[in-house]
Amino acid sequence: MGEHTDRRVAPGAWTTGTVAELTREGRVVRLRLDVAEPFAHRAGQHCVLRLRAEDGYTAQRSYSIASAPDDDRLELCVEALPDGEVSGHLHDEARVGDVVELRGPVGRWFTWGGRTPSIAVVGGSGVVPVVAMVRHAARLGVLERLRVVAVTRTLAELPYADELLAHGAFVATTRENLGGRVAATPYPDEVAPLVEGVERAYVCGSPGFASYAVRLLAETGVRSDVVRVEQFGPTG
Amino acid sequence: MPPVTRGFTGRRRPASRDGQLPPGQHDVGGLWPVLTAEAEPHLREDQVELTVAGLVASPTTWTLAELRALPTSTYAGDIHCVTSWSKLGTRFTGVSLDVLLGAAGPLDEARHVVAESVTGYTTNLPLADVTGSRAWVVWDHEGRPLPPEHGGPLRLLVPHLYFWKSAKWVSRLELTAVDRPGFWERNGYHDRGDPWLEQRYQGDA
Repeated sequence: MGEHTDRRVAPGAWTTGTVAELTREGRVVRLRLDVAEPFAHRAGQHCVLRLRAEDGYTAQRSYSIASAPDDDRLELCVEALPDGEVSGHLHDEARVGDVVELRGPVGRWFTWGGRTPSIAVVGGSGVVPVVAMVRHAARLGVLERLRVVAVTRTLAELPYADELLAHGAFVATTRENLGGRVAATPYPDEVAPLVEGVERAYVCGSPGFASYAVRLLAETGVRSDVVRVEQFGPTG
Repeated sequence: MPPVTRGFTGRRRPASRDGQLPPGQHDVGGLWPVLTAEAEPHLREDQVELTVAGLVASPTTWTLAELRALPTSTYAGDIHCVTSWSKLGTRFTGVSLDVLLGAAGPLDEARHVVAESVTGYTTNLPLADVTGSRAWVVWDHEGRPLPPEHGGPLRLLVPHLYFWKSAKWVSRLELTAVDRPGFWERNGYHDRGDPWLEQRYQGDA
């Protein structure tokens, strides 16, 4: 680790984002924002979103960025958590034209620049940073360098499912059969062909999912020191 | 003036707790989110060793059993993650770094510490921040063995700084004269990381 020694990696100052598009699908809300002072991000990074009440009270959370680096808008995909102070507001109350504060980009570890042959194993809303990677790969015309394994209970519960499938992702559904595939987590023999030649692996999901995915990769011969993990807990 | 978000009122915390949260933090209550950058190692207790080396008079290595035989102490208080969650009123037991540094004997020119994990993870801290009963290596959380996802069997605990400084699976503390940025610090995070000053990223405060 530690390939980046650039000290100019801190996020910029707070800026504002105006909600330009908003889509609700089940428990997730997709926001596309016009950022007053746009910041350049790498695929896989996240940003901090802050809400401010009339009386000055604020609440902030980190969210993965779904948009590709060359997108004119910043796209976030937020899962509504039970009693989530920020995610609940975004899911239930936010609408086009609303203004939030943003700071970013954050994180230089869970990023993919488009060159390293890689596999990403993601669960549930852990798909979001990998959506940015897939979009980046598509725009560079190098989709073969990023193999994606997405695990979800049902296809309907996987954010960006259509887009991922269109770009060649392997989607494993665990609670419904999909095509000719019986509901199950990915089997090592399904993943083995995808890890051939990869030099890096990305894992993103809940802590339980991450443990599972790291074991799965180990079973298919991926060395643990090339695995980069992003886990998230319920942070509202 | 920073903009107000229409319709946002927020879930205020009980008044008695307001003073306990550093700026920009929220209370996760009984939860303890897991955030790790790498594959989590599963170590047996007999595989755990801690070395204090670098600018010290007597570089020293302890096994976990040897650490347990030293005078233990308990931290009961709050922890603060840079991703904005705080966990209030929680307890860890281990041994104070004052005891370990007392045995190793820091040289006069030692100013900084690099904590290393078995995974290769590193984080840098000012030496002054790990002395004076403010830092521990711990193996117990709330009376139970610290689980692997939270850095068990042994992690560093520096609760007055953001929690990435409290290296999981800690195996080495290297005392240095110059500040050597660790993993997250090279990736944009602050060299000290005081939550009350909101030192999240390089260049803050």
